[in-house]
Amino acid sequence: MTKLNTYRSGPDERGHFGIFGGRFVAETLMPLILEVEKAYREARADPAFEGEMRQQLKQYVGRPNPLYYAERLTEQLGGAKIYFKREELNHTGAHKINNCIGQILLARRMGKTRIIAETGAGQHGVATATVCALYDMPCVIYMGETDIARQQPNVFRMKLLGAEVRAVTSGSGTLKDAMNEALRDWVTNVADTFYIIGTAAGPHPYPAMVRDFQSVIGDEVRSQMQELEGRLPDSLVACVGGGSNAIGLFHPFLDDPSVQMVGVEAAGRGIEKGPLDHAASINGGRPGVLHGNRTYLLQDEDGQILEGHSISAGLDYPGIGPEHSWLHDVGRVEYAYATDQEALDAFQLCARAEGIIPALESAHGLAEVIKRAPKLPKDHLMVLCLSGRGDKDIFSVAKHLGVEL
Amino acid sequence: MKSVDVLADGRIARRFEALKAEGRAGLVTFITAGDPDPAVSQAVLNGLPAAGADLIELGMPFTDPMADGPAIQASSLRALKAGMTVRRTLEMVRGFRELDADTPIILMGYFNPIHAYGAESFLTDAREAGVDGLIVVDLPPEEDEELCIPALKAGVSFVRLTTPTTDEARMPAVMRNTSGFVYYVSIAGITGTASASNTAIDQAVARLKRHTDLPVAVGFGIKTPDQAAEVARVADAAVVGSAIVTRLAGGLDASGTLKPGTVEDVLGFVGELAAGVRTARG
Repeated sequence: MTKLNTYRSGPDERGHFGIFGGRFVAETLMPLILEVEKAYREARADPAFEGEMRQQLKQYVGRPNPLYYAERLTEQLGGAKIYFKREELNHTGAHKINNCIGQILLARRMGKTRIIAETGAGQHGVATATVCALYDMPCVIYMGETDIARQQPNVFRMKLLGAEVRAVTSGSGTLKDAMNEALRDWVTNVADTFYIIGTAAGPHPYPAMVRDFQSVIGDEVRSQMQELEGRLPDSLVACVGGGSNAIGLFHPFLDDPSVQMVGVEAAGRGIEKGPLDHAASINGGRPGVLHGNRTYLLQDEDGQILEGHSISAGLDYPGIGPEHSWLHDVGRVEYAYATDQEALDAFQLCARAEGIIPALESAHGLAEVIKRAPKLPKDHLMVLCLSGRGDKDIFSVAKHLGVEL
Repeated sequence: MKSVDVLADGRIARRFEALKAEGRAGLVTFITAGDPDPAVSQAVLNGLPAAGADLIELGMPFTDPMADGPAIQASSLRALKAGMTVRRTLEMVRGFRELDADTPIILMGYFNPIHAYGAESFLTDAREAGVDGLIVVDLPPEEDEELCIPALKAGVSFVRLTTPTTDEARMPAVMRNTSGFVYYVSIAGITGTASASNTAIDQAVARLKRHTDLPVAVGFGIKTPDQAAEVARVADAAVVGSAIVTRLAGGLDASGTLKPGTVEDVLGFVGELAAGVRTARG
């Protein structure tokens, strides 16, 4: 493990986290990417931008959300003291809105008049459609047809909010194909369109920008834990698809050596079954280049991208944010995994023990908490990012449990 | 300062010199390697020079072609389904070179399959197979050390895309390290969709010529012999891709079987495009 003075200084000016990241996009997009980067840098330096964002996060999103002591779960597991960071209590029910508020303010600042986004489970699509309604901007959401079929409630939500949901039939009709299609739209409509990417991936500056907008999660945990326990947490756990909730929780703590961090990938039907049966890019993939950045990817020997599998539509992306790839390689963050079944078990345990129905994505993080907590002392403070609520998942969970709704 | 070709002695430079001597523009044809299967694709490739193609772009199929429209997306998936790989694409070039020592071949695609192959071994094998140049859509000048600079060192041209969004400030960076020719993407968009106006193309070519002495090829949205002829009036070459790929796809029946005569039909269409290009300045 490389010991660095700081893990928080990345990316470099070219968007690299070690060998990961970068700007692998078509020339048509390159001038625009540079414009987004410049506008973002200026916005960050402008107190008015920060002020408006804080105001919206407070009044509209409902931040800060609680750092909640999960007492019954702690008792049942009999080890570490477990806290939930309640991102599922945000307006729209997930952490995704934190980033959408930031990006739409940037889009407005840049004078863009049309918004596009990709979505997998639909949480980012709903969050984007929501901020577009709030700021009265036309909005097109690209969503794979497979995902549309399994996430009907979110599709309807987006439509109610005034968004146009375009079904993506290319490839296998999931998140990566939706992202391809959004990039194709963007190349065609560069002049007026802003692309709100939902995860901490894509070409620079997106991974850094999404991380910064999501870092409110970790910043709040830091001050809330100080207030509740008078010290730093001992470990942080979050699910990782692209990895935006995880990087938002982790980043403010990267330079606190006492804080352990665990990202939890989706192991689907089992990593040992091969890359078509899971969505664990770090644990079961290798570095490559897709969607504008170098990162760990699910791919075959010839560099063709494979379709991952997870019970959770929000985790079955064949890549991961480049900063996670780097944090893995330098050894600062541990990347574990949970199977579909482990997530389903955690989902049900959380509902019964705490009266909280978590998103299937967050249930992957919880599955890791369930594995670790019993082995740890009672004064170990463990924080799980409860990134989203599970209402959207009840249909697919019912199906897996053999219940007819 | 204008950019010049750092690989002035290659097939690409020789072909453009010959075209200049003939006083006409060239036709650049694109097909996806392995579409709809390796044997048919090889037959089309081998027939392209006689049909009138002056330069050949051979697409390396990729699962996620972000800059391509439906026609080339579908052709890539057909090729991959038929078992196409980077290695087999290079074999196709090798097969072609046994028959044709002069027509330049430019491989076009996305970076990840090359990354997976290993950039250095890919360049060695590509050059050995008879590849003259590369167009890699997702490698802008900002990522030049990934492949562009190693390619130039290995004696393989790296053809850069310029677009309507490439402004004056950016142009020198885009032109630096470009070799073979400059590919002007005439629309902000994906392949096989909208077409640019003749006026817009005239102005863009004139602008590029102020920045480079390299030949300028224009592509994206050229579908007919007439459109190819219009472009050939002002540019050094016209690139046609999606229209050829669509013609090939038209020969597939519902079960994916190729109807007899399809290869001849595709090459016939290339002949019409070539005739358009050849008469443009007549």
